[in-house]
Amino acid sequence: MPPRIVQVRQGLLKKNDAIAAALRAEFAAAGTFVVNLVSGPGTGKTLLLERTLSALRDRGHRPAALVGDLATDNDAVRLARSGAPVRQINTHGLCHLEADMVGRHLGGWVLADHDYLFVENVGNLVCTASYDLGESLRLALLSVTEGEDKPLKYPMLFNTADAAIITKCDLATACEFDSVEAVRNLRAVRPGLPILRLSAKTGDGLDEWLAFLESRRGSEG
Amino acid sequence: MHELSLAVQLVQTAEEAARAADAKRVTAVVVKIGALSGVAEEALRFAFDVAAADTLLAQARLEIHPVSVKVVCPRCGIVELPSLQRFCCPQCDTPTADVRTGREIELESIEVE
Repeated sequence: MPPRIVQVRQGLLKKNDAIAAALRAEFAAAGTFVVNLVSGPGTGKTLLLERTLSALRDRGHRPAALVGDLATDNDAVRLARSGAPVRQINTHGLCHLEADMVGRHLGGWVLADHDYLFVENVGNLVCTASYDLGESLRLALLSVTEGEDKPLKYPMLFNTADAAIITKCDLATACEFDSVEAVRNLRAVRPGLPILRLSAKTGDGLDEWLAFLESRRGSEG
Repeated sequence: MHELSLAVQLVQTAEEAARAADAKRVTAVVVKIGALSGVAEEALRFAFDVAAADTLLAQARLEIHPVSVKVVCPRCGIVELPSLQRFCCPQCDTPTADVRTGREIELESIEVE
């Protein structure tokens, strides 16, 4: 038989995208607002989440969290101190979370019992950008210790974000962090990006973050 | 990136399409890789050779077609973005986050026998 061309036109992430779409429909039906936290390692995702879970519970919400890491359940143990249900996802070497890992770790939870679900992705500035987890909000974190030009170095990640938080703001002066430059760079790769500033350690900016979350959840209806 | 898992997915997808077309082997695969996809071409080529071994794609040539980033400018329509560091219309400088192409990780076609 002579060689012939067969058109395929299929996305290689199609399977993940389909699972994510099904999850998104499930979350919407249950009224669960899902946040996917993405950033490099060490930007303070876990501390932000620890504070967020406690504060949301104090405000009468019922948040839950999934936390992804290559190994250990250290983060889940930390987050569970907030009193919120938390599960660890160990990726065993994989550099990002995929939608089916999220789906598999929801077993036994009644989604409708949780108005917020936080998914802390693996600390990685490249791979996490490509995988839809069915989230309502993709939140990128940039810490003042990383430098203002991180968004320019990793445009894919920040371009796919729905919002960004500049974390560890209590260290900004010590790091000579140029906040204006950081905001300019974030918006250069993602025009219109909502940006919050926060120190999970001191609590500065936490109220604005919670208000932002509540308004986003409210507008999703 | 995680080019090996993408390469495995690529080989599986191509094999399914080849079998559906009653082909004996795949001689070439054409993939579209967007500039915003995060996929590194060299890593994908290396991973492809590993993933294709002992499959219908064992001798297949991998053709990578890069896809540039195109955005919608509210004033100028669809325009190509010259730099990933600046999401602004190259003609009128209006910022835009409306990405139309550039995220592709896609198996376009296969050449089979």
